[in-house]
Order: sequence, then C-alpha cells, then structure tokens
Amino acid sequence: MNALRLYARYVGLSWRAQLQYRASFALQTLGTALLSVVDFLAIWVLFDRFKRIAGWSLAEVAVFYGTANIAWSLAEGIGRGFDDFGSVVKRGDFDRLLLRPRSTVLQLLGREFTLRRIGRIGQGAAVLAWGWRSLGLGWDAARLGLWLLAVAGGVALFEGILILQATLAFWTIESLEVMNTLTYGGVQTVQYPLAIYPGWLRRFFLLVVPLGCVAYFPVVRLLGRTDPLGAPAWLGWAGPFAGFLFLGVALRAWRFGIRHYTSTGS
Amino acid sequence: MAQIEVRDLRKTFQVSARAPGLWGALRGVVRREWREVHALAGVSFTLEAGELVGYIGPNGAGKSTTVKIMSGILVPDHGTCLVRGRVPWRDRTAHVAEIGVVFGQRTQLWWDLPVVESFELLRDIYRVPPPAYARARDELVALLGLEPLLDVPVRQLSLGQRMRCDLAAALLHAPPILFLDEPTIGLDAPSKLAVREFVRRLNRERGVTVILTTHDMDDIEALCTRVIVIAGGQLLSDGPLGHLRQRFGRERWLTVDLSDPGQADPEQVDPGQAFRAEEFGARLVRRDGGRVCLAFDPERVKPAELIARVTARHAVQDLFVEEPPIEEIVAKIYGEDGRIFPGGPGSPPP
Amino acid sequence: MKPLLAIFGARFRLLLQYRAAAWAGVVTQVFFGAVITAALSAFYAGAGDARQPLLLSQVVTYVWLGQAFFSLLPWRTDPEVREQVVSGGLAYELLRPVDLYALWFARALALKTAPVLLRALPLFVVAGLFLGLRRPASLEAALLWPLAVAGAVALSSAFMVLMNLSLLWSVSADGIHYLVPVLVMLLSGQLLPLPLFPEWFKPVLLVLPFRGLMDTPHRVWLGDLSGAAAAYALAHQWLWLVALIALGRHLLARGLRRVVIQGG
Repeated sequence: MNALRLYARYVGLSWRAQLQYRASFALQTLGTALLSVVDFLAIWVLFDRFKRIAGWSLAEVAVFYGTANIAWSLAEGIGRGFDDFGSVVKRGDFDRLLLRPRSTVLQLLGREFTLRRIGRIGQGAAVLAWGWRSLGLGWDAARLGLWLLAVAGGVALFEGILILQATLAFWTIESLEVMNTLTYGGVQTVQYPLAIYPGWLRRFFLLVVPLGCVAYFPVVRLLGRTDPLGAPAWLGWAGPFAGFLFLGVALRAWRFGIRHYTSTGS
Repeated sequence: MAQIEVRDLRKTFQVSARAPGLWGALRGVVRREWREVHALAGVSFTLEAGELVGYIGPNGAGKSTTVKIMSGILVPDHGTCLVRGRVPWRDRTAHVAEIGVVFGQRTQLWWDLPVVESFELLRDIYRVPPPAYARARDELVALLGLEPLLDVPVRQLSLGQRMRCDLAAALLHAPPILFLDEPTIGLDAPSKLAVREFVRRLNRERGVTVILTTHDMDDIEALCTRVIVIAGGQLLSDGPLGHLRQRFGRERWLTVDLSDPGQADPEQVDPGQAFRAEEFGARLVRRDGGRVCLAFDPERVKPAELIARVTARHAVQDLFVEEPPIEEIVAKIYGEDGRIFPGGPGSPPP
Repeated sequence: MKPLLAIFGARFRLLLQYRAAAWAGVVTQVFFGAVITAALSAFYAGAGDARQPLLLSQVVTYVWLGQAFFSLLPWRTDPEVREQVVSGGLAYELLRPVDLYALWFARALALKTAPVLLRALPLFVVAGLFLGLRRPASLEAALLWPLAVAGAVALSSAFMVLMNLSLLWSVSADGIHYLVPVLVMLLSGQLLPLPLFPEWFKPVLLVLPFRGLMDTPHRVWLGDLSGAAAAYALAHQWLWLVALIALGRHLLARGLRRVVIQGG
C-alpha cells in the first residue's frame, strides 16, 4: 500500500479518535478560536491607537496575519506527531517505529492530525477575508494560485521546523522549547510585514529560517504593493520555494539524527 | 548458509553520571561527566533457520543490545552481523520486513483501537497482500484463541490477552525470524502455557526461527533446544540445554521426608540427635518442616551411598533424587562463583 | 512551616536539573521580547512619543520586564495536584496535619519563585545591557518595586490555587486551561502594555485583579505609578489577594466536601 494511502488511513483513524470525545473537542476548538481572537485583538488595539505601522494599514496587516496563521495552524495540526517526539523517545517507542518497514517520517506524521486547530484556521481565514474585502482586492486564478503556493510553502517550512525540533530530541529530551521561538515566534513576527523590522531580524527570517520568503514576498505581491526595501516582484512567486527547500534540509537532518540514535542506543 | 551470523560484536555506551545532592546538581549545570559501559565485548554465534534458541543472562549482560543489533535498530562499534545475508542496520526496511519482534513489556498495538483494526493497520504497513493477510490472520486467531478479542480495544485487554494479540500481530506478515523479548513476563500460568505451546508449534510446524530472551527458566526448559548464556558482554556458554546441565549442573538433590520432623529442627533437638548435612558429605539447600533437601556431588558421594548414610541415622518416610532446577544452574553461571564472572561494569549478579 | 520549606527546597533542586531548559527559556524570552519591541518601535516611529501614555523607551522597558517575569503568570494547574485528584490520592492529603490551602499556596509559591529567578536574572542582564531595559525611574521606584513584585507573586499563587480548585469539579477542565492563560495574558499587560489600551476600556482593567500581576510592578519600576498612585495600586493588589484567598478557602472547603461525598 503506497505511502499516501497509508497516511490517509492514519489520518482517518486519528480524526475518529479525536471526534469520539465530542464535548471536549468542541470546547477545545472553541478555545483555540477564542485564543486567536484575543491574539488579533492585541493588534487591533495597537492600530486603534496608532492607525498605521510603517505605512501599512490594519487591513493589509490582516492579510499577512491571516496567511501566516493559516499556514502555521495547518502545519501544527499535521505535524503533531513530531511536536511531542521527545516523549516518544523517552518512552522508548521509537524502536518500534524503526522495526517497521516504513519511513519514520510517515509513521510520525500518521500518529496524529490535530483537528482542533480548525478553530484557529477559521479565525485566520475570517481575519484574512475581512482584510481582503476592506482593501477591495479581487480574486482571480493567479492570485488564488499565489496564495495557495504561499500557504503550501509556509506549511512546508513550519513542518521543517517541527522536524528539526524533533531531531534535537535524539540528543537531548530537555529544552526543546527553544524551537518555539521559530514557530510561535516566527508567526508572531511575520504577522506584520517583515519590512517593519530591524535588519538583523529581517535577515534571520530571510536567510536562516526563510519564513519571510514564504510569508512576506508573496503577500506583498498579492496586495499589489512593492516592497519598501526594494526587493524585486518575482520573489513573490519564488519565495514559497524556500519553504520547500528548508523542509528538504530538515529531512536530511532527521536522517542524520536517526543515524546518531542507532549508533548510541537509547 | 547460516540464517543469522554474528561475529565479534562489540558495543560500548556512554552513560552520563550525575553527582548526587544539591552541589552535584549545580555542578551538573556547568559540566557533564561520562562513564563507559561495555555492553558487548566480542560476541559471536551462528543460527540456522528453524532453530529455537534461548538467550539468557543477568540484567545488563548485553542480551537486549545483541537483539537490537540483530533487528537493525542499533549499530555495533565493531564486528559483523548478517541476517539472511543482509546487514540489518544498513538495509533497514528490507530487513525489518522479514522479522517479527515482540517485547514482553510493551505492546505494538494501537491503544485505543480494536485489535482487528491494529491488525489491519499492520497489514497496510507491511504491505501484506489481502489474501495472504486473511489467511495469516485466520490461522493466528484460531491458534491463539483470539476470536472473542478482535473487537476489543487493546487498552481493555488483560496482560495475557494482549501478549497473545501481540504475538499474532508480529506474525501477520509471515516473517521467517521471530525475536521474543520476555514474552511470558507477568503472565498467569495458563497464559504462559498458551504462549509456550504456540511458540513451540510455530517453530516445529512452520520452521520459524525463534530467538527467545527471558529470565523465566521454565520457558527455556519447555522450548529451547539450544541455550546461549551471556554475562558482562561475553558469551559464557553456547550449546544444547543438556550441555549446560552437564557443564555446570553436576549437582544432584536428595529430598527426604523425616519420620520425626523435630529432628530436622536444630533448636528443638539436642545436638546428638540433630540432622547434620555435612556429616553425610552434602550441603543443606532447604528445610521445610520434616522435609529436608540436600545438595551433593554424585562424583564424590554416590546417590545410593548418601541415602544409606542418611537412613542409617534417621528414620525416613520417603525420599527422591532429582536434578536441581535450571535456575540453580544458571545462578551458578551468573556468578556465585566469582571466577566464572568476568566482572564487567554494569552487570552485577542477581 | 518546616514541611512547607522542605517542599520549597525540593522543587528548587528539581528545577536546577533542567539547566538546558533554563537557557532555552532565556533565548525564547529574548527573541519574543525583541520581536515585540521591534513591532512597537515601528508603531511609534509613525506616531511619535508625544501624545502617548508612555514613551517608547518606557514601553520597551515594560515589555522586557514582562518577558523577564513571564513565568510569574498562572499558566496552568499544579501537575501534582492534578495527579492526586485523578488518582484519588487527594484523600491522603486530607489525612496530613497541614492546612491544605496553605500547602497548595506554598507549592504554588515554590513553583513560581524558582523558575522566575532562573529566567529573570539572565534576562535582566541581557536586556539591561543590550536591549533597552532601563533602570528604575527613581529611588522610590526601586524601593517600591520589590513590594509590588511580592504582591504579584502572591496574587499569582492565589490564582494558581483557584485553578487547582477547578480540578475538584472537573478533571479535564479543558476550557479553563485554554481560556484563563489567554485572558490573563491580555488583561495583565503581558500581551500588550495596559496603558496602550483604548481609554474607554481602561476602567475595566483598573478594577480587575490581573493588572496586579504585571502592569503594577512594571509601572512602579518605570515611575509611571508613583506616590499615591503607587500606594493605591499596591493596595489594589493586596485587596484582591485577600479576596482571592478567601474565595479559595471557601471553594476548597466546598470542593473537599464534594470529593469526600463522591469518594474521590
């Protein structure tokens, strides 16, 4: 049975298991939705006072915010199996995954696909839709395609970060929360246009963890604006590929981590 | 060609050592200290297809390290290992598709799913063609009596039921080799018998090679024709079960039921009447009421002679001579005798 | 008193073991703080200091203080208490000759103090040297500030005990565990400095207890709250503390009765 069908099977099982606890699921989904509402509320408050940030309006920021949050929430839901990989290693359950004739990545992705993130995705979409309409931008095939590509690149990049975080668990099961700076911190950063930030922060999210390539350039292009710092427009279409590249790097690191694990034992 | 070939395996682990107490904890913040554990110090053996081998040794002897290397999830520092012509850790997916592994203390089944759904998931994971799967499943369900358990979520199963399901799960893809790690641990007597019976049939009738790691000597006696003993990272013995007895188990045990139980109790009786094992050339193993058990070396004192000596001095109601249980033999190998024991770190005698 | 001190010491030692976690925490806080202050700087750049309730430099200091004391907020229930409620071991707690509320309060205090010290200190150093965390505004501010922090710690512990108490009614109080931390973050000034909120919302913030957790100590440090205003703010902390403790003790008594009746 090929990998995609096996993954679909895993996901089906995961969703069934989560939906079993209907009440709890509903509460949690509501919880995440409310959480993200409060999140955007903070941004709204600031715009209420300051009106604009470095020349960008609230509606424009809403598009950045929505895109980034949708990508992250999807990635977080998909990559949950990697998120708590530390506990898998600690329990010694990773051996069992190695004893199966399948990719460990596939097996870990299949562990869980968290549905309650839907709350956050919904909120992100609502914010995005509001901003989009306020700006009076239309929808056409090219725009939709670019936006989907941006989200895909974002998901790939965030998955890469989660996989890197899990790879660290091969060396130490402590303190993996540093990677939260890249995921939560990353979303926190790119919810505003990258251009507003000081140089070092911009360079970090363009060259080290290319979240900016994925979440900034495409959206700038979608908004029909030019980058205040002078980046060329074609980066809007090229940017998301940085996310795919990053994922590739993360997967190599993962393989390296497995080599280390099988050499040193658990 | 041998099915499993292991040559001069060596493996050393680095274990972090933390000093105790608050000061140790603070120091640990700055610098970590390491300690070396030599888990395997040159292990070699060969297994042919269809063997049922017991792999025994004290905790920390290197058993699970060897099994991990053979299953492909651990890479040795030195030495070779070939399983069906493959290096396990190099061709991982090809290799693990042909082995089954059961851990006694951990289940590979999905906790919240009914057993049969775990089976189906494994079918997909191992890419077993549906007709082969149906056949294997039905046979295993019949052999292990799993019919009433198929729709029960794994978390609701008893330990014995879970073990039987795990056995079936490990064999759905019809692997020619099966690794069993403590399969009867924590099971009640009927379940142990069921597991042993199943493993025996699997080996005798299907020719599945079985490597059994266990602390339960009854498992060994019931199943294994060949026993490999490992301690301190080195092999102490490799051969038929009978040889083990022969090499280390020269002792015989004589158990007598005294007519007057009081004679056995050193506190009750005056010294003149008391039962003294040394006088007869034997060692007292245990005393239970009027039943006394003596261990003796039949090459120094023939059984008939010992019986004569004992019955001459005491009135005996009943007696019998037997070989000591395998635990006694193995305890001896493990290290009552310090000379046998290599004394590697991390492997204290039980 | 002694058993409470023993618990305190044990926790401290446990936390020291997680040294890598502590370093990682510092890096995380520094990063978040940097991003937040960068965004706020961009906002201010467009609008100018003059008409804002706080200067940009003050806002930056406020944010860094918030990062340093991040772990002070009552994020979740005491995992030990949760374990006890689930397993039924709570009964054993009732058999011990210690005031259960005081015990939980002491545990909460211990849970707050050690990580806060571990993370706040390095953050003060780094942010103070490189990232714009300014000194206290005056001697008065420097002297009042520890009082405000003490009030914040006590308040946070009282909140934590209240969250523990929710477990007596429902073990998987999922809703609370999601919502409370978020609301606390917003209303205490952790997410956004309270002075930057819209004017019409400020009376609400003024009354609620949450500002005592973050906003009050930060603004005392900044000198934004001084003299009588500071005194009122501190009194506000302690008033709410008394109210929360009273509520907590009352709920504990009722909750325990419930647990006993239901058999744990």
